[in-house]
Amino acid sequence: MKALAARRHHRFAPVVLMLLALLATGALYAVMTPTTATADTSASAEDIEAGKQLFQANCATCHGVGAGGADEVPSLIGVGAASVNFQVSTGRMPMQASGPQAPVKPAQFTDKQVDQLAAYVASLGAGPSVPTAEMVDPALGSPSNGAALFRTNCAMCHNAVGAGGALSEGKWAPALWDTTPTNLYQAMLTGPQSMPVFNDANLTPEEKRDVISYLVEQREPSVGGLSLGSLGPVSEGLWVFVIGMGILIGFAVWIGAKSS
Amino acid sequence: MTTTQPETAVGAAADYLDQRTGIAGAVKEFARKVFPDHWSFLLGEIALYSFVVLLISGGFLTMFFVPSMGFTTYPEDSLPVTMQGVEMSEAFASTLHMSFEVRGGLLMRQIHHWAALLFMASIVTHMMRVFFTGAFRKPRELNWLVGFTLMILGLLAGFSGYSLPDDVLSGNGLRIADGVAKSIPVIGAFASYMLFGGEFPGEHIIPRLFTVHILLVPALILAFVGIHLLMVVLHKHTQYPGGGRSSKNVVGFPLFPVYVAKAGGFFFIVFGVLALMGATLSINNVWNYGPYDPSPVSAGAQPDWYMLFLEGGLRLMPGWEWVIGGFTIPINILVPGVVIPGLLFTFLALYPFIEARVTQDKSEHHVLDRPRNVPVRTALGVAFLTAFVILVLAGSNDLIATHFEMSINTITWIFRVAFFVAPVFAFMVTKRLCLALQRKDRELVLHGHEAARLVRFESGEVIEVHKPLSDQERWLRVNYQAHAPLVIEPGEDARGVRRRGYAADKRWQALSRFFYEDRIEPVTPAEIANTHGAHTAVEQSDDAPQIGH
Repeated sequence: MKALAARRHHRFAPVVLMLLALLATGALYAVMTPTTATADTSASAEDIEAGKQLFQANCATCHGVGAGGADEVPSLIGVGAASVNFQVSTGRMPMQASGPQAPVKPAQFTDKQVDQLAAYVASLGAGPSVPTAEMVDPALGSPSNGAALFRTNCAMCHNAVGAGGALSEGKWAPALWDTTPTNLYQAMLTGPQSMPVFNDANLTPEEKRDVISYLVEQREPSVGGLSLGSLGPVSEGLWVFVIGMGILIGFAVWIGAKSS
Repeated sequence: MTTTQPETAVGAAADYLDQRTGIAGAVKEFARKVFPDHWSFLLGEIALYSFVVLLISGGFLTMFFVPSMGFTTYPEDSLPVTMQGVEMSEAFASTLHMSFEVRGGLLMRQIHHWAALLFMASIVTHMMRVFFTGAFRKPRELNWLVGFTLMILGLLAGFSGYSLPDDVLSGNGLRIADGVAKSIPVIGAFASYMLFGGEFPGEHIIPRLFTVHILLVPALILAFVGIHLLMVVLHKHTQYPGGGRSSKNVVGFPLFPVYVAKAGGFFFIVFGVLALMGATLSINNVWNYGPYDPSPVSAGAQPDWYMLFLEGGLRLMPGWEWVIGGFTIPINILVPGVVIPGLLFTFLALYPFIEARVTQDKSEHHVLDRPRNVPVRTALGVAFLTAFVILVLAGSNDLIATHFEMSINTITWIFRVAFFVAPVFAFMVTKRLCLALQRKDRELVLHGHEAARLVRFESGEVIEVHKPLSDQERWLRVNYQAHAPLVIEPGEDARGVRRRGYAADKRWQALSRFFYEDRIEPVTPAEIANTHGAHTAVEQSDDAPQIGH
């Protein structure tokens, strides 16, 4: 303790203290953040009535009692089960707050409830249905064909490897690292928010699966080391100053320390 | 001449060499050369050593790179899986091949690219050091120009090398270069056709860039590095101000053995850090972008950091086009692509000559300025950097939008305004800060350090005890020259005849006034002697230094 007391006026003491405080805050935050609840995955068929009940309680305020929509709220008649499943299972709906775009948040309903809601909305009008497990199995797709399709159809918004990108007026194309293959398929099929619809004539179901295969392939560790967010030259430029120049100026100070 | 025979093997070898080349004289001269010690003098060395690393790693890469836009199909049995069976150019295929199939190839590629980024980063940082300390003053103006040329060559080397793999991202960059060339009135289309050997992208650009990248530019850089270093030896190194240091001496360590060890060791540190970065941080994964095809442009498409300011200018510029007599003048490309970089680079290249002209200081300077002692130069430098940084940030506006959850339109408008306002603001703040620091120095020299002790006499008088500055501390704070604005001869002589060149002189004088009107004079010995008596009295004198005349 005595050594500590003697050094507390050292000029680096505030820096060290600040680092320790940051470390402690980070550690506490990591321990105390609430973890996502794991949803019930039992997928039993539910009747439309249960879905209707859920809809009336949670969705009808904006979308209307008959799901017909209003001025700025889209009608849900004919959007299909795939759309409902995408919006609700990713937590985008019910929408957290009005803004440029509905953000992803922890899902509010169990898988079973999502299926019930989807069944109800699907009963209102024909629309795309939820894809089967085989349709979205990345192992069955071709990553190289998916890469070519992704480059010409998706990369201009989602970045070359799906790291996400900016759209106009505060909207954005989300990163695709954590999106499930089923949600990826549904997004292409239904075109949520600002995204265009890629129907089966634009991208056949096999081609959609190729795209999924390419995106899942991107989740493998980067061969060249840390990916730096896959954001391209801007993050590389940032790190050459922070790490490269940072370390080397540190060494230069050390070399020049014993000044004449 | 002594005739002693060398006894050791090394001595014998040295003697053999000396008898045939007479190299001993040069070695003796160089070994005794004195270099002053300061960390900021090593910034240029980082650039030099990254260049050596670039030559070594680049030599390796040329063994495997095929500079051809010939058509090929990537083999089905080669990695990465995302490229199997994809149609591409041979340049792109060979880049993938050297990254995935050649042992150590990816490591070399990554070291080479990190070294390129570090090369430019250290050049720019080194330039900042030279600028802010006034190391470009006589006799070093020409060496500043040589260094400036090296920076431009570095940009060329970087851009030509970055474009070689023929991937989508670098192809986007070439397309912008093509657009900028075409935006130049009258000669634009011809220039573009000459560069690309026909309509963009053609089949010639990769082999041409290859020649530029591995032959022309490196040879020029090597030659200019030689001149740069030779001039450092000729002029002797500058040194920071301090007691015992003057324009007539150099205080430091001899090249041999101290500086050879320090600088030689630093080479291995630079190489080590680059190897570490190349081994652990992926850079420019071209297989993510895919082979070049003029149609796709991915989100987050940006050039390497040293070209990012150009991208930023393009992103900020409104889409104005003038049509004059049937010809389109693309202001939206011409201004950010040609005019803005032209202005920024001209300012950089000419600054030493402008400052020399408004200072009318013909003496040699080997002792550096403290940035605060030349407030307008420091403020101009900070304003320049502010404009540069805003352009760099504007070039990253999409990433700022996604990472800080802002609207990209808002960011663009903020930067459009900031590009004009922020440098002026930065100039004023920096200049005021410099003047304030100079005033603080004056204060300190005249009154000494506050000892946090108040003494009250029996009479009730209270004094604050000050600890006087040491000689070194004082030397640092009083040894500078506060230049005054130019004084010019009157416009008419005694007989009322107008003098030629008076108008030009007036303009220079106005510029000189801008530089030196506000200044803080250093404390003179007389002032110190004056305050000595007052030291024990109550400190309430209001001797704020005089500004201006």
